[in-house]
Amino acid sequence: MKNETRVERKSEREMIVTRTFDAPARLVFEAWTKAELMRRWWVPKSSGITLLSCEMDVRTGGGYRFVFAAEPEPMAFFGRYLEVTPCSRLVWTNDESGDAGQLSTLTLEEHGDTTRAVLHELYPSAEALEAAKGSYDGMPESFGQLDALLAG
Amino acid sequence: MVQLSRTAQLDAAFAALADATRRGVLEQLGRADASITDLAARFDMTLTGMKKHVGVLEAAGLVATAKVGRVRTCRLGPRQLDEVTAWIDRYRRMWSARFDELDQVIEDLKQQEKARSR
Repeated sequence: MKNETRVERKSEREMIVTRTFDAPARLVFEAWTKAELMRRWWVPKSSGITLLSCEMDVRTGGGYRFVFAAEPEPMAFFGRYLEVTPCSRLVWTNDESGDAGQLSTLTLEEHGDTTRAVLHELYPSAEALEAAKGSYDGMPESFGQLDALLAG
Repeated sequence: MVQLSRTAQLDAAFAALADATRRGVLEQLGRADASITDLAARFDMTLTGMKKHVGVLEAAGLVATAKVGRVRTCRLGPRQLDEVTAWIDRYRRMWSARFDELDQVIEDLKQQEKARSR
């Protein structure tokens, strides 16, 4: 039984994603901060997207860069880590859209044997979030197909 | 009712959906049409309070109301709701798919820890 992923539009420029993992916070943090682990889940197999490279320098002021296969040329997503607090907090920028990119804050809270992960995405303006919506229009339907497969 | 541009209406819809009571009202109307009096009673709220919530939902195009005699009946404005939830749904699916794979990565880490501590 998979844990539920909850999404909330907190305000006109904020999104919040919440998910519980059945593991201590240090393991969730590890999976979020080591490139060889990150590349196993950030681009789900069901998306059909190929991750060409994944570089992460996880420390305050360090950068990251993910490159995906795309036509006519590969697409890069990159930014900087503004705050790295082991096992509890990670803050990073998303700079590929210039000034319109969101600020992402991951907070991990341990509750017994589980960890609650809260990802807060803050866009610089309502217009920036509006523009970002478009990128989800291209999300492959296969996400839904996978859900159907698992549910069946 | 104030007419809003398409984008402004979507924004209004998101703002309308940010409130738990209003989401509850939409769920309720998804099951059956209801008068404002019915809704106020169901959500344990004053008539004035419920009128305000329905007003916000109506301005956002999420709810349509019609007055029959002395009773104002509310029903869903389904097209708008679909537009709003379609985007959120794709966003949620993306994260859900990622996190379901993250579960597997974490499970592997747990197994490795167990093996090391043996």
